[in-house]
Amino acid sequence: MKKLFQEFKKGITVENPTFGLVLGLCPTLAVSTTVINAIGMGIAATFVLLGSNIIISFIKNMIPREIRLPSFIVVIATFVTIVELVMKAYFPALGKSLGIFVPLIVVNCIIMGRAEAFASKNKVLPSILDALGMGIGFTMALIVVASIREILGSGTFLGRPLLKGFEPMLIFVLAPGALLTLGVLIGITNFCKLKKKTTCKA
Amino acid sequence: MDIQRVIFIVISMVFINNFILSKFLGLCPFLGVSKETKSALQMGYAVIFVMTLSAVITWLVYRFILIPFHLEYLRTISFILVIAAFVQFIEMFIQKTSPALYRALGIYLPLITTNCAVLGVTVLNINDFFKGSVPIKASFMLATLQAFFAGIGFTLALLLMSGIRERLDLVDIPESLKGIPIAFIIASLMSLAFMGFIGFKP
Repeated sequence: MKKLFQEFKKGITVENPTFGLVLGLCPTLAVSTTVINAIGMGIAATFVLLGSNIIISFIKNMIPREIRLPSFIVVIATFVTIVELVMKAYFPALGKSLGIFVPLIVVNCIIMGRAEAFASKNKVLPSILDALGMGIGFTMALIVVASIREILGSGTFLGRPLLKGFEPMLIFVLAPGALLTLGVLIGITNFCKLKKKTTCKA
Repeated sequence: MDIQRVIFIVISMVFINNFILSKFLGLCPFLGVSKETKSALQMGYAVIFVMTLSAVITWLVYRFILIPFHLEYLRTISFILVIAAFVQFIEMFIQKTSPALYRALGIYLPLITTNCAVLGVTVLNINDFFKGSVPIKASFMLATLQAFFAGIGFTLALLLMSGIRERLDLVDIPESLKGIPIAFIIASLMSLAFMGFIGFKP
């Protein structure tokens, strides 16, 4: 039981996909202009991760080793298509603001990485927990980056104005701000890691 | 096909909408392969080549297979499979015909499959050059050009970055910023410089 919980926790803390493993950066940067987008992207990616991890851990013994990567891609792409269609039907506005990054979940390295490194070697239950942990870790990282960018860049949080008389720094909504925010955040994470070996909430 | 449109695509893809610095596509190879100029250039060539040909193939697949059978919703799955199979095919072909080129490109080719820039440009082409399910005028030429120059823009950014990072080895930077964080901060400054090109818009 404790081991199972460990699988869940590691994705959020030590092996956080964004700050710890530095994977899946393209969507992290591109959709983190507002917190709403970040949450939408996080949920979509978590769903795909969960679905593909479950399926892959079920069929891992049926797939010949040589063609495992193409097979994983097909499974992942199927779930991405589901997400795409659901988003188009029920959340058209969100789908529009995420744009081409919805189909691009297919090539998100986190999902492929977990399929290859975890789901293809473990049973179903640990794979589910691993997917949930990684998904939540990814979503939280997205929300952190998006909060910084939205508050500094447009002076709002979840669309509501926050501070009176605060001149928003437009640069944080644009591309350079995204790169700078993530660079500094990873720097802070590294700094904490160097300072003390215990987990640090960055 | 009017020449103005072509020039606009060239400038837009190489400078204004540079795939790495303003669209955040293909950040993984951007950080992974930008440590020295030589390998950056080789990676760039491989990306230009794969991007252009995948754009050609996916355009044909979309126009002549997916649209006639009303299978547009299978876009993501079919494109990623086509790209993966194509990259595998090129790898085998180069290995047989030119061992020297294979040694130079070899390790980068498999990486390109999961490069979001390649899938990104094909999805972008479909969004830009199809109205519903009817291709616009000179759609095929424009799609090929867009992919080729997106690859050029990618290579340009990669090459600039690798030049800077080679110098960076000799500089004394804080321990916690070494490696990826400083690369992000530099990318942020480069992206700021590239934003200057936005004024080119007609």
